[in-house]
Amino acid sequence: MPRNPHEKFGLTALLKPGGLLSPGALPPAHQTRRRDTMLTIGACLLAALGLWLLEGHASGYVVHLTCVGAIFATLAVSYNLINGVTGQFSLEPNAFVACGAYVTALLTLSPAEKEASFILEPLIWPLSAFSIPLLPALVIAGLLTALMAFLMGFPVFRVRGDYLAIVTLGFGEVIRVVANNAQSVTNGPLGLKGIPHITNLWWSWGLLAVCLFFIVRLVHSSYGRALMAIREDETAAEAMGINAFWHKMLAFTLSAFFEGVAGGLLAHLITTISPSLFTFFLTFNLLIIIVVGGLGSTTGAVLGAFLFTYGGEWLRVVEEPMQLMGLDIPGIPGMRMVIFSLILVGVMIFLRRGILGRHDFSWRWLLASLGLGRGSKA
Amino acid sequence: MLTVRDLTVSYGGITALRGVELEVRRGEIVTLVGANGAGKSTLLGAISGLIKPAAGSITYRGQEVAGTKAHRLSRRGLILVPEGRRIFVNLSVKENLILGGYFRPHDAGFSQDLERVLDTFPRLAERADQPAGTLSGGERQMLALGRGLMGSPKLMMLDEPSLGLAPLMVAEVFGVIRRIHEQGVTVLLVEQNAAAALKVADRAYVLETGKVVLSGTGKELAADGRVQRAYLGMD
Ligand SMILES: Nc1ncnc2c1ncn2[C@@H]1O[C@H](COP(=O)(O)OP(=O)(O)OP(=O)(O)O)[C@@H](O)[C@H]1O
Ligand SMILES: [Mg+2]
Repeated sequence: MPRNPHEKFGLTALLKPGGLLSPGALPPAHQTRRRDTMLTIGACLLAALGLWLLEGHASGYVVHLTCVGAIFATLAVSYNLINGVTGQFSLEPNAFVACGAYVTALLTLSPAEKEASFILEPLIWPLSAFSIPLLPALVIAGLLTALMAFLMGFPVFRVRGDYLAIVTLGFGEVIRVVANNAQSVTNGPLGLKGIPHITNLWWSWGLLAVCLFFIVRLVHSSYGRALMAIREDETAAEAMGINAFWHKMLAFTLSAFFEGVAGGLLAHLITTISPSLFTFFLTFNLLIIIVVGGLGSTTGAVLGAFLFTYGGEWLRVVEEPMQLMGLDIPGIPGMRMVIFSLILVGVMIFLRRGILGRHDFSWRWLLASLGLGRGSKA
Repeated sequence: MLTVRDLTVSYGGITALRGVELEVRRGEIVTLVGANGAGKSTLLGAISGLIKPAAGSITYRGQEVAGTKAHRLSRRGLILVPEGRRIFVNLSVKENLILGGYFRPHDAGFSQDLERVLDTFPRLAERADQPAGTLSGGERQMLALGRGLMGSPKLMMLDEPSLGLAPLMVAEVFGVIRRIHEQGVTVLLVEQNAAAALKVADRAYVLETGKVVLSGTGKELAADGRVQRAYLGMD
């Protein structure tokens, strides 16, 4: 790859925030940045147009799936921040999603609805007496989930590697058990019903946009570079002046915040939640998504989430009875998971690092591949 | 600048350092030689705050720092270039360098240092956008040194910078160490290559199984019979 000899003097470009990661930024950084901002805004408008068309013309089923896709993309991007970018192999997102879902639902359900649902034991006061709109409920749920992550972080980040995975897995289970048994708050195994169906394309995609905005900016800031340094070599990062503990905390609480909010939106999409929704299986699915997409790649997480959502639906056909070459094949429940596992194994064999490896989308890269940009491929 | 008194470090049951005494004065190059497993890396780790000492005192620029965390000490100009380079292989060369000055504001001094590092190591400048994992061993050592320099060190501790390098590259690394020293950085150097290390050193210490057994000027130690037999391969 030819390199410009002046590149090493491109220090002004280097020092501008945001310009740090753009390799060999030849045009002045502020110009490239303005171009990227315009392109991003353009893409958002285009996406909004697409959503509007979808809302007007697509079937309710497709709209529902597209909402689920955006929520899973939000979850995957957040989970990837701690697992992929920071390299802390943790297994608790089901707990954070559950926390967000329950908190939001308990805040938005009307007192009458709550009274009707909690038949075994009444809901504790003051939760039983009021309800608030979705937006503040989501914010509260996100903050509470982040607080939970923050408190959890103290014991969790004392350990590394396999221990970290086991401790976080334990936390995930604890939350599920609590949801099952705290009858007067969560309604136990019965769960919460009649949650208002508020989540639509705008809510789910809006959250995805906000989440991407913050997480992409974080990853491309000097904090993000420090998170990657921790993933690469924690001791060396410490020697470099990086406080590994607090950086991990930052990534963990931020990802928990978005996982909590996404859980809230999920509850208001499917309208019924119960502890069985938030088992380790949810975490496992998210793990598949980020590993297949490319651990550490935000773009990969988004891609993986949509492949998983649409692909999972499309694969439903294999569970239905069908006729193949004159043979009647009865539906085999669970066949989808078998196929998913096979796909996972295939991806791991042929693409060790997932579909995108650690690469991320950038306008620079797109323009260069279209032959429009001045820069070389990232 | 740095005074180590009666320093003891143990890993579980194993005592790696027992009562080490060492001093580095401002502007010196001090070298530390010793056999494999003598405790050299442990000593640098304890000074830089990566390993918690069991007992003893470490004063750096007049303040007690034993037990202070590494990320705080590097902010005060006490920089370790660790054994085995430990660069961030999946990040680019440029990102590695920028991380070396992580805690510094991105001001004029920062850009000057970056420019100086890239001038000192033209090979790094050429490979600025390449993943650091694609560098050769020698280039990796250069990157580790450059990354250390980005932390604007007052005292730089180098753990076996010539490890695994061909003679020509070793000479280059020692040249760089001299230049770093000329720019006013105090250097504490750990080396297996005792001949070269004693030549550049103002003073030197010999560490054996966790104890300082000899110390003196570089010349004195190079002339010492025991050092010659044990570390310089002479009879
Ligand atoms: N993390 C650890 N846990 C247990 N023992 C350790 C650890 N690190 C070092 N040691 C032991 O402490 C002693 C000193 O090790 P150290 O790495 O400081 O030696 P060194 O002088 O740097 O050797 P080398 O020249 O081979 O790098 C050795 O006996 C080693 O086995
Ligand atoms: Mg060593």
